[in-house]
Amino acid sequence: MSDGSMTIGAAVAPTGTTRRTLPAHGSRRTHAAYALVTPAAALMLVMLLGPLAGVIALSFTDYQLGAPQFAWIGLANYQDLFADKVFWTALRNTLAYVVIVVPGAVIAGLAIALLIQSGTSLRSLYRTIYFLPVMATLIAMAVVWEFMLHPQFGLVNGMLRGAGLPAFAWLQDRSTALYALCAIGIWQAVGFNMVLFLAGLVSIPKQLYEAAEIDGASSGWARFRLVTWPMLGPVTTFVVVISGIRSFQVFDTVHVLTKGGPSKSTEVLIHSMYTEGFEFFRSGYAAAITVVFLVFVLLLTLIKSRLADRGVHYT
Amino acid sequence: MSNAHPIPFRAILRHVLLIAGAALMLAPFIWMISTASKPQTEIFSSELHLIPHQFALMENLREAFAKANLLRFLLNGIIVTVSIFVLQVMVALPAAYALAKLRFLGRETLFALVLFGILIPPQATAIPVFLLLHKIGLLDSYAALVLPFTISVFGIFLMRQFFKTVPDDLVDAARMDGISEFGIVWRVMLPAAIPAVTAFGIFSVVAHWNDYFWPLIVLNSEHLRTPPLAVAHFRNSEAGTSYGPLMAAAMVIIAPLVIAFLFAQRRFIEGITLTGIK
Repeated sequence: MSDGSMTIGAAVAPTGTTRRTLPAHGSRRTHAAYALVTPAAALMLVMLLGPLAGVIALSFTDYQLGAPQFAWIGLANYQDLFADKVFWTALRNTLAYVVIVVPGAVIAGLAIALLIQSGTSLRSLYRTIYFLPVMATLIAMAVVWEFMLHPQFGLVNGMLRGAGLPAFAWLQDRSTALYALCAIGIWQAVGFNMVLFLAGLVSIPKQLYEAAEIDGASSGWARFRLVTWPMLGPVTTFVVVISGIRSFQVFDTVHVLTKGGPSKSTEVLIHSMYTEGFEFFRSGYAAAITVVFLVFVLLLTLIKSRLADRGVHYT
Repeated sequence: MSNAHPIPFRAILRHVLLIAGAALMLAPFIWMISTASKPQTEIFSSELHLIPHQFALMENLREAFAKANLLRFLLNGIIVTVSIFVLQVMVALPAAYALAKLRFLGRETLFALVLFGILIPPQATAIPVFLLLHKIGLLDSYAALVLPFTISVFGIFLMRQFFKTVPDDLVDAARMDGISEFGIVWRVMLPAAIPAVTAFGIFSVVAHWNDYFWPLIVLNSEHLRTPPLAVAHFRNSEAGTSYGPLMAAAMVIIAPLVIAFLFAQRRFIEGITLTGIK
């Protein structure tokens, strides 16, 4: 009797009206409610919302860890940042990484999900295999990849040589290092996307395919274009956005394999933030990089909610 | 053209493509096991072979365990991930119950903040949280690894959605029996929410077992290292010389989760793709 009909409007209404409808012990229950949410609310303030406000505030200061004092310096960090060639390199590399990994991991994930779903045998075996990289600790697998990409003794160059193709010093060459990291990124993300697409495929009603067939859509491509693709709309949007956000956060492989090199060819935003903030302890400057990163991530989220509002919805 | 045998042809094509992709996915795992089983001389030969001529897995494992205190690092991983998960549940469950079943002033605001919090990427808060831990002298400790993650807004959101589906009658009946609101959380809601808590647990444990960024920032001492940090350090000190033990160490670090995953795939996939149902 007391729940379920609560809307946002009701929350704004003065408490007097709600309290009247509650039984006598209602206020004790309200006290209990505050006691129950207090630890979560306090921790949220200290560990999440406070630090979020803090990072924005810090970006307007010249604070350095260990310095006795600091000053408000307005937009000076941002001016320095935008004047710094390394920042633009990092931003360009991050965007390149996102632009390669997102389509790669989304298209491959969709293709694998469609292939798995198009038959009935060995479904769960394939699903398990493709999902394995998602589970495995990325740092450990990055070290394995590094050895596979070893210029002399690596599997990749060994196979290329065997096929009579030229070999590369993948991670040591500035023209290939970023692409090698992209390949690892796609390898790791495909299984996650595949599972989301599989869930989307299962929820498409069978009748739609039957109806499409009656309307003359007999080829697999026609069924995909008329039914599967439009029905997967919301899932695809979600997968693209979440892949985008994750790709923006790329750090692990960069830090352990290239440290942003050779000659900054794999420098990315979070790695810049890490070196400035936690190696040079220039907290204010690193905070400004974080804010730039945040703007991009929130932009992606915004695009997602915009698209979600445009009539694409789950059933 | 394939009209004569439409089904077998398509089925074969499906398997051919999927097996080719699977080989690509599994290649690093297979190469890792293969290299971990080879003696030094076979690793540093430009002739490629998968099966070692001379089997050296035991030697490589022994060397890995001798060079790095892997057992300690695995134990650290367990201590940290379990502590994080237990504290997350202790903080999130009561809040989720209050948000789902109780009325109080500020409820909608709090829920809006939870939804907002989900959007904040973990890297965004790293600098201030680091400075805070520095200020209170907690850097380089288990507390530094655990404390920032005790609050999981995603966990609160998830459990709140689940509790919404628990009938009010169940809660009212418990109240009739004289159980306090606090007691209801742990004696009524928790048992009802075991599937959701399990899924969240897998999500949380996998995320923090594999996390590299945060331990890298707050840790200094060797004895506190978590598994990913341990691999990275092993790689930095041994790279270029002993790939066999390095691959053996990588195997040991990924083994616990991979084995657990193979035993309970459905639950793991469910747990890790939780973010997909937001």
